[in-house]
Amino acid sequence: MAIARVSMPPKQAAGAASQASAAGAADHYLYAGQVSIAYAGRGGETMLAIDHVDFVLERGEFVCLLGPSGCGKTTFLNAVAGFLPISSGQLNFEGQPVSRPGPDRAMVFQQPGLLPWRDVLHNVTYGLEMSGRMRRREAAAHASALLELVGLADFARSYPHQLSGGMQQRVNLARALAVEPELLLLDEPFASVDAQTREALQVELLGICKRAEVTALFVTHDISEAVFLADRVCIFSRRPGRIVREVRVNLPKPRDDVRLKPDFLAYVQEVAGVLASAAKAPSNS
Amino acid sequence: MATIVLDDSGAPKRQERGVLTGMGQGTERVVLGTAFIAVLFVVWELVTALGIEPPILLPSPSGVVSALANLFSSSDIWADLAESGKELFYGLVLAASVGITAGLSIGWYPRLGYFFDPFINFLYAIPRVALGPLLIVWLGIGLSSKVALVFLIAVFPVLVNTSSGVRSLDQHLLRVARCFGASDLKIFRTIALPGSVPFILGGLRLAVGQALIGVFVAELLGAQHGVGALIDNAGQQFQTDIVFAGLLIFAVAGMVLTGLVRWLERRFDAWRV
Ligand SMILES: Nc1ncnc2c1ncn2[C@@H]1O[C@H](COP(=O)(O)OP(=O)(O)OP(=O)(O)O)[C@@H](O)[C@H]1O
Ligand SMILES: [Mg+2]
Repeated sequence: MAIARVSMPPKQAAGAASQASAAGAADHYLYAGQVSIAYAGRGGETMLAIDHVDFVLERGEFVCLLGPSGCGKTTFLNAVAGFLPISSGQLNFEGQPVSRPGPDRAMVFQQPGLLPWRDVLHNVTYGLEMSGRMRRREAAAHASALLELVGLADFARSYPHQLSGGMQQRVNLARALAVEPELLLLDEPFASVDAQTREALQVELLGICKRAEVTALFVTHDISEAVFLADRVCIFSRRPGRIVREVRVNLPKPRDDVRLKPDFLAYVQEVAGVLASAAKAPSNS
Repeated sequence: MATIVLDDSGAPKRQERGVLTGMGQGTERVVLGTAFIAVLFVVWELVTALGIEPPILLPSPSGVVSALANLFSSSDIWADLAESGKELFYGLVLAASVGITAGLSIGWYPRLGYFFDPFINFLYAIPRVALGPLLIVWLGIGLSSKVALVFLIAVFPVLVNTSSGVRSLDQHLLRVARCFGASDLKIFRTIALPGSVPFILGGLRLAVGQALIGVFVAELLGAQHGVGALIDNAGQQFQTDIVFAGLLIFAVAGMVLTGLVRWLERRFDAWRV
């Protein structure tokens, strides 16, 4: 507990942890063992959102969480981000129990959550300012480069309300990337973007994650998006969410033009089949 | 013919184009607003010119204007203006600084809210002009009791608005900030403060109107100088034209100050949807 409060450089913290603890859990980058998460419902009873989930994420992986709406994907992601306490089980990040949010895990929320009183450029520098890691001018230059990347260079001086939902979501992504997180948590970031932009952003995201050696946990309910992005797709059951199946996607990267290849389509079909049965079957059986 | 146009706030606005075809919306507003006032003045002048009401009850507009000119040709009016101006200015500045600071702290720290809220609600519930006599007993009949009354009347709209502004902050934005590891101080500076600016300005706008009431009432309770005292004295001597002239001065002061706050609100409106 005491260690978790000291802000150590992440690598060093991980090293210290694996020395301190001999348990297998500490060897994984992110480790969830039998994690359950319940919400307090009305009238005192609890509502189980995540039910005994076992999950492992290794450094450098790109994993997609796929599941029917309301199955607890956002809930699980929030727990990894440190916003939501787990009800039971074990949730470790770099060998330490997750206790609170930190800039090493950046979240791209389902809603853009941009500050309405800041222009686009200063929304992107926001994370940098908050973690105090860069000087103002440096941060602005860094942010401009990221805006270029998400295709919004011309809108640096616009305010959020002047952007479409999809554009706001791209700013949201740029803001998370700006802090150069080790673990990027994404919650349906492209849900409100048009199909073409979405595919371009998916390609960019894969490129960025590879170049910056970012590990990514990506929530979606778009099957082909999951297959395109992921090294592994974890499929959740209906609520209370459990991981019913894991599909390893062995498609070579970069995957820029993989979408029409038979292997890709085969994966899409396989995942769709699992998802359909997961959505039908009651998860407790 | 009425057409629906979308302005940049996204709200559909009905724009009448008929009688005043070809005019921009801004001009149209000014023209219509002025037209009503002009009609009012003409009717007023007519009513007095025809002797429907005796001048002692309703002075003519031209009578009010000449009373105003007379007032400004004597040196007494400057002393009155200075006195009322000081009461208004000190009272408002105090109310704004105390109201904003206290409102921000009470909104930001829930415990502070629990502690002070009952007391604030109690003070808010009593008609605060009724504190005037008490303030005179405590502070004497000079400037300080008047400033205190203006302050007490004007501070509440600012305080209550500001604290509710902080309390109704977008929870999602707070989560985003925490996600980036922002300290409480930084969250306060980058989210709580800018997020409550519209509420603070709304509170200030209300405070201006309340403060003018405060100035008038304070001077009614006993004063050597001041525009309120001027009105009171003139009224007792049935000099209704001077009463009207005094009212005009109050109205102008209120409109200028409210206009100032409105202008600030519009500047901060740039990012409001
Ligand atoms: N704050 C909350 N309080 C109580 N119940 C909640 C809360 N947030 C979510 N839930 C419930 O938990 C379940 C899982 O919600 P969650 O938001 O994690 O779903 P999701 O998988 O992200 O769905 P979607 O794909 O639609 O975003 C839902 O049934 C929802 O009703
Ligand atoms: Mg969700």
